[in-house]
Amino acid sequence: MVAGAQSGAESDAQLVGESDFEAEVEVMSQRQLIWRRFRRHRLAMAATVIVALFYSIVVFSDFLATNDPEDIEAARQYTPPQWLRLFDGFKPDLHVCRLVGSRDEFLRKVYVKDCDQKVDVQIFARGYEYKLFGLTLDRHLFGVNDPEVTAEDAIFLLGTDVQGRDLYSRLMRGTRLSLLIGLTGIFISLIVGTMLGAVSGFYGGFVDNLIQRSIEIVRSIPTIPLYLGLAAAFPADWSVERRFFAITIVVSLFAWTELARVVRGRYLAMRQEDFVTAAIVAGANQRRIIFRHMLPSFYSHIIAASTLNLAFMVISETTLSFLGLGLQPPAISYGTLLFTAQNVQTVALAPWLLIPGIFVVVLVLALNFMGDGIRDAADPYGS
Amino acid sequence: MTTETREPPAPLDSGFRRNDDASARIGDASARNDDMSGGDDGVSARNDVASGGNGDSPVAGDAILSVRGLETQFFTDEGIVRAVDGVDFDVLPGTTMGIVGESGCGKSITAKSILQIVEAPGRIINGEISYNPRPETNSSTDLLSFDANSNEMRAIRGGEISMIFQEPMTSFSGLHTFGNQIDETLRLHTNLTKQERFDLGVDWLARVGIPNPTQRMHEYPFRFSGGQLQRAMIAMAMCTNPRVLIADEPTTALDVTTQAQILDLLQRMQEENDMAILFITHDLGVISEIADEVTVMYLGKVVETGPVFSFFDEPKHPYSKALLTSIPSMFTSSRERLPSISGSIPHPQNRPMGCAFHPRCQSFMEGTCDVREPELASVNEAQEVSCFLYEE
Amino acid sequence: MLAFFIRRIIYAIIAMWAVSVISFVIINLPAGDFVTTYIATQLATGNLILEAEAESLREHYGLNDPVYVQYAKWFTRILRGQLGFSFEFTEPVRIVLERNLLNTLLLGTFTVVFIWVVAIPIGIYSAVKQYSVGDYVATFLGFLGLGIPDFLIGLVALWLILDLTGFLATGLYSVEYRTAAWSFAKMWDLAKHLILPVAILGTAGTAALIRVTRANLLDELKKPYVTTARAKGLTEWQLIMKYPVRYALNPVISLTAYVLPFIISGSVVLSFVLDLPTIGRDFLKALTAQDIYLSGAVILFSGWLTIIGTFVSDLLLAWVDPRIRLEED
Repeated sequence: MVAGAQSGAESDAQLVGESDFEAEVEVMSQRQLIWRRFRRHRLAMAATVIVALFYSIVVFSDFLATNDPEDIEAARQYTPPQWLRLFDGFKPDLHVCRLVGSRDEFLRKVYVKDCDQKVDVQIFARGYEYKLFGLTLDRHLFGVNDPEVTAEDAIFLLGTDVQGRDLYSRLMRGTRLSLLIGLTGIFISLIVGTMLGAVSGFYGGFVDNLIQRSIEIVRSIPTIPLYLGLAAAFPADWSVERRFFAITIVVSLFAWTELARVVRGRYLAMRQEDFVTAAIVAGANQRRIIFRHMLPSFYSHIIAASTLNLAFMVISETTLSFLGLGLQPPAISYGTLLFTAQNVQTVALAPWLLIPGIFVVVLVLALNFMGDGIRDAADPYGS
Repeated sequence: MTTETREPPAPLDSGFRRNDDASARIGDASARNDDMSGGDDGVSARNDVASGGNGDSPVAGDAILSVRGLETQFFTDEGIVRAVDGVDFDVLPGTTMGIVGESGCGKSITAKSILQIVEAPGRIINGEISYNPRPETNSSTDLLSFDANSNEMRAIRGGEISMIFQEPMTSFSGLHTFGNQIDETLRLHTNLTKQERFDLGVDWLARVGIPNPTQRMHEYPFRFSGGQLQRAMIAMAMCTNPRVLIADEPTTALDVTTQAQILDLLQRMQEENDMAILFITHDLGVISEIADEVTVMYLGKVVETGPVFSFFDEPKHPYSKALLTSIPSMFTSSRERLPSISGSIPHPQNRPMGCAFHPRCQSFMEGTCDVREPELASVNEAQEVSCFLYEE
Repeated sequence: MLAFFIRRIIYAIIAMWAVSVISFVIINLPAGDFVTTYIATQLATGNLILEAEAESLREHYGLNDPVYVQYAKWFTRILRGQLGFSFEFTEPVRIVLERNLLNTLLLGTFTVVFIWVVAIPIGIYSAVKQYSVGDYVATFLGFLGLGIPDFLIGLVALWLILDLTGFLATGLYSVEYRTAAWSFAKMWDLAKHLILPVAILGTAGTAALIRVTRANLLDELKKPYVTTARAKGLTEWQLIMKYPVRYALNPVISLTAYVLPFIISGSVVLSFVLDLPTIGRDFLKALTAQDIYLSGAVILFSGWLTIIGTFVSDLLLAWVDPRIRLEED
């Protein structure tokens, strides 16, 4: 409908273009209009920046990590976060408090934070080796510049888990997997949803009826028991990759219905629009009508629906894995990270294990704000 | 002093419906008409004023409703839209003032401003709306001095000044019966009992020509046809015996036959109740049928005002002339191309400099029209025009 | 109205059939049939089951039949109320479900009431005072409620309460009332325990309902009938409450029957975190143990409940619209 109004205005402007005054009226494209409306939505803009940051973590997770996420040392279990400090007194100095090894009353080795001693943190430090774009690298955004570092000299920005693994580095990895599940899921639902939606809208009649009824049935099934049931049905001995794809399919099981509904709805609405009739009358062929006139007017709706779906998928994966039914260790995702915080006594002992939850909330909120912003911008009735 | 205290109107057939009051008003009206054109009685006042087009020009003090310098603006994200930009006109008791103009010229906003029911982000910025139900006592009140939600203003809305709307189909609540909706108006503006209100509702439905009125009171709006709904809306607006009826394009959404019936009904209502009508339309044919006086608006401003006959016989403003030549005539041959006004209405934010009409004007004078803004001024006893062509 | 009713009931039946197929598939998805699982569990407890005995069990449950025969047999048994045997609880599934049915329904019902009572006034306020500070706060809290998964709120709340008061706020009953007969004291105890789960379970629903109410009402406020009502001289609140609010809330209230099943199935995860004695908690136990008859029954019934709820909502929705209600067919 946006396009309806817009293209209508365009053709008007051309028709009466001979008048001098009309020529001064600037004509904006569909995309410019949506972009202008979207930009005015400050919250949505901020949310978009946050989502972009999350996706940069997906690409650069190892570069951002400080320790090998798989590196286990039982002795340093549940060390509290060593927050990054920017100043020593008033002097700029990137450092953290040093961990000092000692023995507890049972003579077990434990690490205690001692802020009288410090560990210097360096930019572009050398660390464990990883692959990025096919290159083997050992530089990290920051670290202690020593690939073979001992626990006392290492930094654990967000503390460690029960096996002494660095939560911060694991979180960077977990972001990668959780967002990849979402993206793959979006891709699947996008293909299924737009195809069924387009078929439904294009053919109408019996096919449309069949697809619409199926969507209604799928949507009437409560997601949580079904997700859980399906996830639990996967054999426990499946490989990490296989489980990843299985869970991806589970989380995208419902997402396609929303897309199919949006696409069909837009398609049907478009067919009635004057500018489509005008294009038909003008002799444009079917393909041109669909790609040149109709598609641009609803791709913003598809992006909006996909963004909101992505948030839903991240929550689904997190919930499934939190319950131990989704991804399983050694896979690292938000859900498997939170899995370690399942027990409230553990949380009381090591509250920083809930930090992945903050990431989930921030990401989901950002995706919601962004999706809403796009939808508002694409909505012709929004002021 | 704001609203006169009224006797509760009783059902019409009971015979005591505001008798004294009503007859007094008719008397007043005829007295005023005597002054003006020596007319015979109040009921035909409309025609007198119309025919007196070349006689005395109306005096503002006589008007029941007098709008001066009304400015209503919309504060949108894109900027301020001056929907109504300094509008002046008078409505005389018992007569019909027609406001014409293309869509988007601010006619409806002007009407809503009178009742202070402009929706956000619209706001009345400036102006004076004098409401003077008794011209002989000159006890006029400025409606804009009341807060939009004050008791005084609400007593006027629907009680003293009623309004009917363009789309009868969507102007009723589909979830409430018609009886419920007319009852609400009566409950707000009278002290009648529930039964009396119901009887009065039935009575009004009958008066506007709806068959089976008792049964209709219990029905939902979707059972009514468009024409019936417009009649029902007129009944709902008239049931409180308002002094002024604002009709915002009441016939636009109806087919031509129904249109004519509704216009007849409105004229009959006006004669029976001695009521002034502010009639808003873009349809010049409708105006010629119902109006006594015409005000032409363009981009939120009045460009011409005067008696209806002068308007059709000797339009003064180039825009009025253009409007009139774009009406198909029975006497032109069918092969002839119908003239239309070149260009289209600019967006209110891109209001042209000087006279807003100059980019489309046939008589555009460079260096004048696009520099200065003309003001509304008398060109003869009856007509006022805002155009440099008539400047001395 | 009758035609509408019949059409809807046909859809509902088809949907219920589809859900039964899905449940059946899920039950049969795990590798090996349940007799294998049964033998394994029995072995673990020291009971050896002979191959012949296993075979007769397979015969009894028709596990050697073609899939569609198995489905038909399973479906007839379900309709007769024979839901199968739960290995995890070593009881018939029906008994497991009945034990916590009341708790589950109580939790769901209170949550729906909570959502309605909190969300509708806020939604109305938010729409009428659009772009006010209150509107922004409500909108933001709404987003927060939608964005945070239940289990996280539950976990954080549990931890904070434990940290501040040393009290572990889990379960629905204090120890002394767990097996006690119903009394006022027990009800009071339950009420206290319900506050936390109801509030947490209600956050997402409240957030969603605020948004729906606000959006519906904003749409309605622009309709011409509102202008008509305003021109009558009604006060702003009078007219808003009588006309647009009624229009906006009709769908919202009709949705109650639709929301309840979703709340109940949504309570699964929170029941796990807060250790609430609900069917949801039993369901999760069944899932981790691959106790297929119990989990299959829960999936089937939650699906059916949702479909029935949707059906009732559709009817209510049609009923409040006089155009559909009074339509002669």
